[in-house]
Amino acid sequence: MPPRTTDAAAPAAAARPRRRGRTGGAAPYWQAAPMALVFFLFFVLPLVVVLVVSFWKYNSYSITPAFILDNYTGVFDGCLVSLPSLCTTFATYLSTIKFCLIVWAVTLVVGFTIAYFLAFHVRTTAMQIVLALICIIPFWTSNVIRMISWIPLLGRNGLINQMLVGSGLVSHPVEWLLYSDFAVALAFVHLLTAFMLVPILNSMMRIDRSLIEAARDAGASGAQVLWNVVIPLSKTGIAIGSIFVITLVMGDFITIGVMGGQQIASVGKVINVETGYLQFPLAAANAVVLLVAVLGIIFALTRFIDIRKEL
Amino acid sequence: MSEKRPRSFYVLAAVFALFVLFLYGPVITILILSFQGPQGGLTFPMNGFSVHWFEQLWQGAGLVDISIGLWNSLKLGLLVMVLTVVFSVMAGLAFRRRFRGSTLLFYTAIASLIMPSIIVSLGIALEFHIVDDTVMKIADAYDVEWLYDNYQTATGLFTSGLGAHLSWTLPFGLLIMFAVFNRFDKSYEEAARDLGATSWQTIRHVVLPMVAPSVVGVALFGFTLSWDELPRSSQAMGAANTLPIQLQALTTTVTTPMIYALGTVTTAISLLVIATALTTVFIVQKRRRRHGSDAGQGVV
Repeated sequence: MPPRTTDAAAPAAAARPRRRGRTGGAAPYWQAAPMALVFFLFFVLPLVVVLVVSFWKYNSYSITPAFILDNYTGVFDGCLVSLPSLCTTFATYLSTIKFCLIVWAVTLVVGFTIAYFLAFHVRTTAMQIVLALICIIPFWTSNVIRMISWIPLLGRNGLINQMLVGSGLVSHPVEWLLYSDFAVALAFVHLLTAFMLVPILNSMMRIDRSLIEAARDAGASGAQVLWNVVIPLSKTGIAIGSIFVITLVMGDFITIGVMGGQQIASVGKVINVETGYLQFPLAAANAVVLLVAVLGIIFALTRFIDIRKEL
Repeated sequence: MSEKRPRSFYVLAAVFALFVLFLYGPVITILILSFQGPQGGLTFPMNGFSVHWFEQLWQGAGLVDISIGLWNSLKLGLLVMVLTVVFSVMAGLAFRRRFRGSTLLFYTAIASLIMPSIIVSLGIALEFHIVDDTVMKIADAYDVEWLYDNYQTATGLFTSGLGAHLSWTLPFGLLIMFAVFNRFDKSYEEAARDLGATSWQTIRHVVLPMVAPSVVGVALFGFTLSWDELPRSSQAMGAANTLPIQLQALTTTVTTPMIYALGTVTTAISLLVIATALTTVFIVQKRRRRHGSDAGQGVV
């Protein structure tokens, strides 16, 4: 629209009663419509489809509508009978949850420490922005590349083994550095710390500095300020970061695949393999179980937060 | 404010330096190793110095054709970037007023952000699978000749693939716009309206210029997240390949520094985009300060 339409439009606008603060007429609806449509078509509907298809029948070349529970019994095949020893599904979940806990703990400590440094020890805003960007830029680069970039360091003839053998600490190269649980956890920490760091930093930047001064004036030690002021006020950021890290690890199949040398099981990988064999309903049932597990964790964590207050 | 730094500062600064080394060290090693000599291997020592592996990469070296994935990712990334910017800004404008369903939309976006990607990807694949089945049933039922001849699948780079990427980039775009408009001083708009601007003029000449730097940020997220996206693409691309998909396949098959060369190229493109975006924001901010315009103050 050309800018010079004021003459006609201004009186009309002036004549219209102002309805500020209440609903904004039709405008918000068409403005939000494209995004709502994308989420409906490519998020909500797919989830519904996953749920529906998890009850369908399948054979090696097609899937057919039905309402059977076979896929779910397939997922938990032998799980109750074989207790206390773990069936495949339980063992896979246990392994994935183990990675969740390790990665969550490490990213929390590292992310919190870095955020604390940026928020309370770096004095100028410009420097804060620059240092925060340094931490975030790798997040915008390829994850797969960041995974394979560990190969020259951790491999059998990698830099770390060369140093270890060279210094005489070990006589043979250490084998468990690459394609192992250790490599998977390390890569997760490498990839996901940004997801923990940014929300915590965001929370910390909102802490009123006078609160900390007040605590100091009242005689609190550095550790007491940290424990009684900073950590409680960063709680929301910690919860948001935790949700990110835990859901990303729970659904992962790429990092575990590449860094585990395709030898370590994960729930995501099971789904990926099943779709590869066109066992869509089985994969869907697995996806629903994963979804329930993840929602349970998120529900527990959201009791700490109100996301909208953080923006 | 020029009090002496406490000792904890130096400890934390050292931790920060180690963290940065941890973040960048590995990528720098593959950057160096991608210039291995023709006889060099996947690890140190460097066996000469050459661009041999980049040449190999360029020629395809008998492996999958990387250029297909590169092109697909570039086209898709640009489209995702544009759509993410447009849809996010529009939704950001919408969310400044109250409207029915706004809370639902907001939480849907959050849910899309934290939903394990494998589930979304599988869902989109199944959705399109069912569309294909339905189209074939219609073709059977009404004996539609041209459907048999022309229709193969609805799955593809710019259908299911595009949707999968948008389900991942739009939440980021919306959150950024939320953060922007929450800090946005509404009196500028009111001033414009009082001076007789229509609502479109207010948006076009007041609101959009003020939020422009953040829009660059949304664009940056839109492109880079799409360019590197793998988990949501994994099931939803159909026969199409994107660069990350090809890359992941190569991790199991390629055992030469060629894969590092490819890593260097992809990372270079990412960094180029990031640098362009950040420079643009920086220049816009600086020019505003120089011209003494009040637009954009208080917004980043």
